[in-house]
Amino acid sequence: MTMQDSSAPGSPVVSLHGVGKSFATGTVALEGFDLDIRRGEFISLLGPSGCGKSTALRIIAGLSEPTRGTVTWAGGKTHREQAIGFVFQEPTLMPWGTVFDNVFLPLRLSGRPRAAAAARVKESLSQVDLADFAQAYPRELSGGMKMRVSIARALVTDPSLLLMDEPFAALDEITRFKLNDDLIALWRALGKTVVFVTHSVFESVYLSQRVVIMTARRGRVASTLAVDAPNRDAHFRTSAEYAGFCRLASNALARAMDARAGAAA
Amino acid sequence: MSEQPRPTHDLRAQVLRVVLPLLVLATGVFAWDVVVRAGDLPPYILPGPGLVLATLISDWPVLSSSLLVTLETTFDGLVLAFVGGVALAMLFNLSRLIELSLYPYAVILQVTPVVAIAPLLLIYLPQQAAVLACAWIVAFFPVLANTTLGLNSVDRNLADLFRLYGASRMQLLWYLKIPAALPNMLAGLRIAGGLSLIGAVVAEIAAGSAGAGSGLAFRIAESGYRLNIPRMFAALLLLSITGIVIFALLSALSHFMLRRWHESEVTRES
Ligand SMILES: Nc1ncnc2c1ncn2[C@@H]1O[C@H](COP(=O)(O)OP(=O)(O)O)[C@@H](O)[C@H]1O
Ligand SMILES: [Mg+2]
Repeated sequence: MTMQDSSAPGSPVVSLHGVGKSFATGTVALEGFDLDIRRGEFISLLGPSGCGKSTALRIIAGLSEPTRGTVTWAGGKTHREQAIGFVFQEPTLMPWGTVFDNVFLPLRLSGRPRAAAAARVKESLSQVDLADFAQAYPRELSGGMKMRVSIARALVTDPSLLLMDEPFAALDEITRFKLNDDLIALWRALGKTVVFVTHSVFESVYLSQRVVIMTARRGRVASTLAVDAPNRDAHFRTSAEYAGFCRLASNALARAMDARAGAAA
Repeated sequence: MSEQPRPTHDLRAQVLRVVLPLLVLATGVFAWDVVVRAGDLPPYILPGPGLVLATLISDWPVLSSSLLVTLETTFDGLVLAFVGGVALAMLFNLSRLIELSLYPYAVILQVTPVVAIAPLLLIYLPQQAAVLACAWIVAFFPVLANTTLGLNSVDRNLADLFRLYGASRMQLLWYLKIPAALPNMLAGLRIAGGLSLIGAVVAEIAAGSAGAGSGLAFRIAESGYRLNIPRMFAALLLLSITGIVIFALLSALSHFMLRRWHESEVTRES
């Protein structure tokens, strides 16, 4: 496989093979987790709380080491050489810094002087419609705005891979819908690969091209659902097509949980 | 609107917060005065409030120079305690080995009564240095303990974020741990301010018999030997005011540094 092949759209950016993770407490969070994440795709990890979604995301980000299996990056690189953006469930902003300071952080850590980074930080802020709030402090912002800052911070290094761990779970429905639409627009405009973790069937179907359904315990991939619908907008959200995909995903999720219950009994 | 009564309620609470203690003070001073007059007590047993005030004014040249001496010791002790406490806390945070080796001794210094250490220090150190050392010993521990707590209570996700972007240990310390620990550091500093004054006073009293001292506490001891009780009270009054002013100044500093972001300093608009 050549470098050129690996950067073509649709080829895997990163592949997880037989990934397992057990904690010292004895909890087995992941077992035999296989997944190819393809360049430019929007993929969701869907499963109930505690099924290992965050663990999988942290392993991809290099924040946690798998106890079994391998994580392989395109072109034989390591995760250290990847530009990865990460968005947590909480906005995870530094309360002592302005919005600008927070978005500037990844560039500051890579040694970029403030003046040289200012334009890039502003650009990132305008991508999430917060250009006017650069000098505000996080406590002055709403929950949705804080999450936008968090997204701007993840985008500021222009990462090829964006990992999001239930970023909108704590927001009200209206704000969540708005941010869903904005996220899709960003994904279209920027061409990032996005791995989005959620426990909401509706959110996963609305956002992603592929929904990966995980088993309830000792997380692995139970099934994958391709959501073949080009337009993601208010019309799609109320369409029979959307409802159909949601039903498929719900059924798959129910099967994934039954399979486990059966195995456990 | 239903929110309307709140500000007036807050205002009343704030007025009460000032008025009530003043009322207690006035009552106390009045009772003190009545006791002295009714009992016809001589000033060397208990001087009245009026005489104490008069002494404060008439002895001001002596008392003010003593105040300056004590203030300087307290301030130097506080600065050294803050710098030393924060530096030690950072060192502990960077190296677990150093923390394990030295922390017990920090605790021992703290739990050994400074009154008992002061006479020893006075034997081995020049007087001014001994007084300063006492102020430092009592004041550095709260800074160390609070800063350590702050450095260790960093948001885990933020720490992960720094790791994701390959932050160095110095970057982690400078951009994450120190700002996160700042509220605790300032809380430690506020406690240390009062303690530094106590350390200075204890050492001055211990040094009193040695003679050369001239701080406020030395004046109290000296006035005691001479049965100049009104001056004793005047010096004590100055010491209390000094303690209050130090606390108020450090609280104001803390408020100023945290006002933009920390919940403890932010007044929510309702
Ligand atoms: N650091 C940890 N130490 C011990 N157990 C953990 C740790 N992190 C996660 N777990 C456990 O691993 C399982 C999967 O957790 P997680 O990946 O957070 O699930 P999800 O994100 O799907 O809710 C849970 O049972 C959780 O309690
Ligand atoms: Mg999770």
